[in-house]
Amino acid sequence: MIFTRDHKQLLPYVTGDITDDWTDIVAAYADAGADAVEVGLPFSDPTLDGPTIQEASFVALSRGATADAIISDVAGAPVPLVASTYYQLVAYAGPERFCARLSRSGFRGLIVPDLPLEESAHLEAVAADAGVDLVLLAAPVTPAARLAEIARRSRGFIYAVSLMGTTGERDTLAPGAAALARALSTRTDLPVLLGFGIATPEQAVDAARGADGIVVGAALMRRVLDGVQPAAVGAFVASLRRALDSGVAADGEVPRDRR
Amino acid sequence: MRFGDHGGRYVPEPLIPACEAVAEAFADAWADPGFRAELDTLLRQHAGRPTTLTPAANLSADLGLRVTLKREDLAHTGSHKINNVLGQALLARRMGKPRIIAETGAGQHGVATATAAALLGLDATVFMGQKDVERQSLNVFRMRLLGAEVVPVHAGSRTLKDATSEAMRHWVAHTEDTYYCVGSVIGPHPYPTMVREFQSVIGIEARGQGGIPDYVVACVGGGSNAAGTFSAFLDTDATLIGVEADGGAALTKGAPGVLHGFRGYILQDAHGQVVEAHSISAGLDYPGTGPEHGHWRDSGRARYVSVTDDEVLAATTHLARTEGILPALESAHAIAWVMRAARTGELPRGASVLITLSGRGDKDVPTLMGAHQ
Ligand SMILES: Cc1ncc(COP(=O)(O)O)c(C=O)c1O
Repeated sequence: MIFTRDHKQLLPYVTGDITDDWTDIVAAYADAGADAVEVGLPFSDPTLDGPTIQEASFVALSRGATADAIISDVAGAPVPLVASTYYQLVAYAGPERFCARLSRSGFRGLIVPDLPLEESAHLEAVAADAGVDLVLLAAPVTPAARLAEIARRSRGFIYAVSLMGTTGERDTLAPGAAALARALSTRTDLPVLLGFGIATPEQAVDAARGADGIVVGAALMRRVLDGVQPAAVGAFVASLRRALDSGVAADGEVPRDRR
Repeated sequence: MRFGDHGGRYVPEPLIPACEAVAEAFADAWADPGFRAELDTLLRQHAGRPTTLTPAANLSADLGLRVTLKREDLAHTGSHKINNVLGQALLARRMGKPRIIAETGAGQHGVATATAAALLGLDATVFMGQKDVERQSLNVFRMRLLGAEVVPVHAGSRTLKDATSEAMRHWVAHTEDTYYCVGSVIGPHPYPTMVREFQSVIGIEARGQGGIPDYVVACVGGGSNAAGTFSAFLDTDATLIGVEADGGAALTKGAPGVLHGFRGYILQDAHGQVVEAHSISAGLDYPGTGPEHGHWRDSGRARYVSVTDDEVLAATTHLARTEGILPALESAHAIAWVMRAARTGELPRGASVLITLSGRGDKDVPTLMGAHQ
């Protein structure tokens, strides 16, 4: 198991190779109390990502980022790792080779947002053989029977997409998020993590009321793109950690100008 | 859902119900004589179908072939794109969606979408790469005149590939009231099948008008005019040739991959990233090709070739001067290959060749002016 259910889980995201010192960001997340870290393998055409993660992907690719290098650069990280990428990069490497590489570098999970149930059977089997959990997504519009099927076939956890839209910060938690998390929780013993749009400690607390944990991505990558250093990005993750643990969004984030 | 190894539905979970709804609605509509009759009427009364089949006497004499041109350039709005759009706009209305969105490269699909939306009382938003907004400014203005909103896309290569990604992103957030009108035989199931069916009118008419030729030739961007033409000749001995742009030749230079919801031949780099296509014709500047073309390529039922920008420019002028027809730069790819193949002898003397002339060249006049300076 990547996650437990004894406390609210925190899965912060980083686009692999977004900066020279990107592995320091992973380390900072670990220091800040992340339960695991989601490492994005940037793809040229991220159709489920909003402007921030599109830009993060573009920046990383412009720096010459490759999936292979990212996967090996982060081997031995002091925190469980979950890779996320679009299916093209998995298909290109070949699912067997891709999962073997992940497994060698200590990755425990894999998220492929554009691989729905209809297409995922092969990768589910290959990932399982490699000891990598293939995490499936569920959405607010997913019908009940399909939620049950996702709950049955997902491994590691279930990624509940909180809203109908792309990744990116939102002002408030989407209204359907809690209902989706609840609908999933009644169908599975796997942890249910809510993601998409969660950008503040307040929203983290809100989201975690109905779910086992949260995924935070664009709010972090926006800071990195703005030039915020790994330690300060880590401090923001620590504020999310405290909010999740206490159930109140007590203290704010480190001001953006303190770099 | 599949064409051999190709096709499928590689979309995120939030889009699955929307894709399923389109698939069900299309299956239902296509089996409904009332829907077919309404579409036929629109194609006749609004789009000007059937388009004529022109024996290209001068070009034929020149090349030593018997060339006929299926004149999609004469369809309303200037290209074959209207065939597909009228079908999908009717479907959108049948599904109760008040709004349609589309991606466009050359702007022809965008103009067709804006046109159908105006006709059927739907709102339309068209996504277009910033680079294409600049080089196809005439079509941008046409779309706005027709009442559509045009959204320039600044991401990535700022061409058709990025416009398509942006349309998909927009759709995820608006599935409730919005129908995504895909412009070619690409995208998740059922789009490749549905768009081929809506474009099959090209091939069905051409076969009725001219019989079965030795060769059937069409340009391939995403592959809709080619698929619509080929589909009526699959059961014949005709040799089917798809002509790609040299800088966007996914079927000849690409490899199987997954992009925009389907598995098909895609241009990609040594790390699996999708590569930008480069062509003088915006409509062929797409790094992927429809999954059914991938299947026809693998099975050998169709052959795919590519021509250079220079050959295309020469073919454009040649057709204009021999036949008095200014083709779209996209369509000129098909002409260019036939000219080359006549010269090299790959097309035997006297062979009958049906070329789908997918669109007219008015939109390309600024590009041609630039190229001829
Ligand atoms: C005139 C014309 N022909 C061909 C194409 C390419 O599309 P397809 O390959 O789907 O026919 C376009 C696309 O914009 C076009 O405008």
